[in-house]
Amino acid sequence: MSVLAGTGQLLKLGLRRSRIMLAVWVYALAAYAASTGYGFTKLYDSQESLHDFVSGINGNGATVALYGRILVPGSVGGVTAWRLGAIGGVLVAVMSILLVIRHTRGDEEAGRLELVGAGVVGRRAPLTAGLLVGVVANLALALVTMIVLIACGLPAVGSLAVGLAWAIPGLCFTAVAGVTAQLAETAQAARGIALAVVGVAYLLRAAGDAARVSWLPWLSPIGWSQQVRAYGAERWWVVGLGVVVAVALTGAAYALVERRDLGAGLLPVRPGPAEAAPSLRSPLALAWRLQRGALLAWLSGFAVYGAAIGGVLKGIGDLVKGSSSTRDLLSRMGGQRSLEDSYVGTVMGVLGLIAAVYAVQVVLRLRTEETAQRLEPLLATRVRRVRWSIGHLLFAAAGPVVLLGAAGVAAGVAHGLRVHDLGTQVPRLLGAALVQAPAAWVTAAVALLLFGVVPRLAPAAWGVLGAFLLLGQLGPVLKLSQAVMDLSPFTHVPKLPGADLTVTPIAALTAVAVAVAAVGLAGFRRRDIG
Amino acid sequence: MTDAISVSGLVKTFGRTRALDGLDLTVRSGEVHGFLGPNGAGKSTTIRILLGLLRADAGTARLLGGDPWRDVTTLHRRLAYVPGDVVLWPNLTGGEVIDLLGRLRGGHDPGRKAELLERFELDPKKKGRAYSKGNRQKVALVAAFASDVELLILDEPTSGLDPLMEEVFQRCVEEERERGRTVLLSSHILSEVEALCDRVSIIRKGRTVETGTLSELRHLTRTSITAELASPPDGLMSLPGVHDPDVQGTRVKLEVDTDKLDEVLKHLTQAGVRSLTSTPPTLEELFLRHYEDEAPAGMPR
Repeated sequence: MSVLAGTGQLLKLGLRRSRIMLAVWVYALAAYAASTGYGFTKLYDSQESLHDFVSGINGNGATVALYGRILVPGSVGGVTAWRLGAIGGVLVAVMSILLVIRHTRGDEEAGRLELVGAGVVGRRAPLTAGLLVGVVANLALALVTMIVLIACGLPAVGSLAVGLAWAIPGLCFTAVAGVTAQLAETAQAARGIALAVVGVAYLLRAAGDAARVSWLPWLSPIGWSQQVRAYGAERWWVVGLGVVVAVALTGAAYALVERRDLGAGLLPVRPGPAEAAPSLRSPLALAWRLQRGALLAWLSGFAVYGAAIGGVLKGIGDLVKGSSSTRDLLSRMGGQRSLEDSYVGTVMGVLGLIAAVYAVQVVLRLRTEETAQRLEPLLATRVRRVRWSIGHLLFAAAGPVVLLGAAGVAAGVAHGLRVHDLGTQVPRLLGAALVQAPAAWVTAAVALLLFGVVPRLAPAAWGVLGAFLLLGQLGPVLKLSQAVMDLSPFTHVPKLPGADLTVTPIAALTAVAVAVAAVGLAGFRRRDIG
Repeated sequence: MTDAISVSGLVKTFGRTRALDGLDLTVRSGEVHGFLGPNGAGKSTTIRILLGLLRADAGTARLLGGDPWRDVTTLHRRLAYVPGDVVLWPNLTGGEVIDLLGRLRGGHDPGRKAELLERFELDPKKKGRAYSKGNRQKVALVAAFASDVELLILDEPTSGLDPLMEEVFQRCVEEERERGRTVLLSSHILSEVEALCDRVSIIRKGRTVETGTLSELRHLTRTSITAELASPPDGLMSLPGVHDPDVQGTRVKLEVDTDKLDEVLKHLTQAGVRSLTSTPPTLEELFLRHYEDEAPAGMPR
């Protein structure tokens, strides 16, 4: 039997199982490329405004660290490719890792691979099929990205180069995930190790760009992505470099597959405590144990993002000084405020939405615990339903405050240090971040309502959050009526900093969240479990 | 003494499916009660109603003298439950889960826990995701047996255990009975039920079809007899209660309704018995008798 027997069947199965996840990723990333391309072609329609923008970016250490240096300064395409390169490269890497781990170690851990492995399946087939799911995703994404950028009016060759530039980290991290899936015994650990490699790759690029050490970004597939220099003199050989590294890593993964048993990893699994800590004695303590890892990861993300916002804030005014169209656009989006306030308001609004993602995810954990049948044994003890759910719901309530607070403080400290005014900046940016929390609560409360009353439809909470996002993003562009815009809780958040802090909308949003959550809990008390 | 569990006329529907259709169940305090039925008969649904996880559409259910839906906290302090499909949190160890469940129930005995871990040969330091099905079940069993409760509700608790562990399980249930505790044991494993249970309820399609002690139930079934006689028997066929007689000269094989056994034996001794084997009905036969009429419905004959 060939070591690859059955790969085709497994690939088909994998693509079928992940068709929605795959489509959502490709759609979201292509939409990101399209909105960036479209936005830049509209914003920088003159050479003069483009020149001001490029020198503003390349002269600012913080933005260079965050996004990299603009390597093709003379065209709108070059600026688009720059903007998509660093952050987009990270997102493509994350997509590849999640897909590959899901179909390799994820299936193996769940025992599905054992079922499949008993059939006519070669030793390397499951890994190969998992890697091919990643390859298919990356090629599809490269193609769609090229098409949408051409549709934005950018040159075809450069657009192809952007698509392929994304495929570099995509393919490399597809293979990295193939390796970590062999090392770790659990999908969670395999994902964690691979994502840590992404973090290192991003930091190598950031450090190299910021410190002007030109060889450092060459150690990172995310750095290579930018070195393709799309819309300039494209260096196609860099794409080849990415493919060579991906193939070499795939070879390493194959070598590891041969050296281990089904279900086993190469890294040792450490045993845990034989007895529970004395504190593990309540539903809240259990919720803390189950939620703390995710909360800490989110917290560090919010803190880093906040610090990055604070770091670039001082340069915002300089950046758009020369471009009157940018100023018009920003003020149209955010009202008559200073550009800096407007920028802070916009990014904090985005953070508010991300905090809502966290809160919704926490609430949906209730449903996961229920359908995974981990809830039944708990409810067979003295624990009552509401008390159990409150353990998790405290995270949905306090989580957004903690996350937004961390981002606000980090932004305030970073900006305050640069303008030598910590005393004003920390409370100013912290306030702008914290006012977003009630809107996140309302979203989480809607998720709780679905969970309590129509549990099968609980995942529709993501659709509700998506609708809020679309209202916020497209509402002003489509000039929707205020009544429609008001459906989103994020519309009601005071536009801090700059605007007056009004208590009414905050109190109203909080009251709505509490009322909706109470209905959800009442429904959960009365319904069948399971 | 009151009954630990008394259920009558219980009805539960899920959409169009009628999972329970007037089910009755009585479990006396201090007995080990076998709860038998094929997959989908409604065993787990009944248990989940008793645990207050589901609300019955009609009928009454009393548990330890209380209402399983309303008196959750007070009742659950007095019972322990082992689900059929034990799912653990992937990042908690087995030991942590046992302690957590014990504490949430209102305390358990650490000494008893250590003893049970040893008897079930369970490593409490492994993380939840690393346990096999049988070991996950052991985690739930240790948590249940280590708790000081009046009633144990066990839903197919041994489906993943090997024969050695099955024996440990049976001894633990015996000990619970000796301590005066009540056990509701839902099971497919007939030998386990035969070995452990004082009384049995057999359910089918959401209804109770048979209930009683094993000897009462046996009384309703047939004993098979094989005999070597001195002379060919005569008139055996016409005796009431005789089924499937197979007479070849002096060799006789037949099935007889257990309550007609006396007359048939008298008849056989008249012909002179050289050798006799009599096999009492097994629970399996009892069980099959109630279900076999389900099978032919869709099967070609």
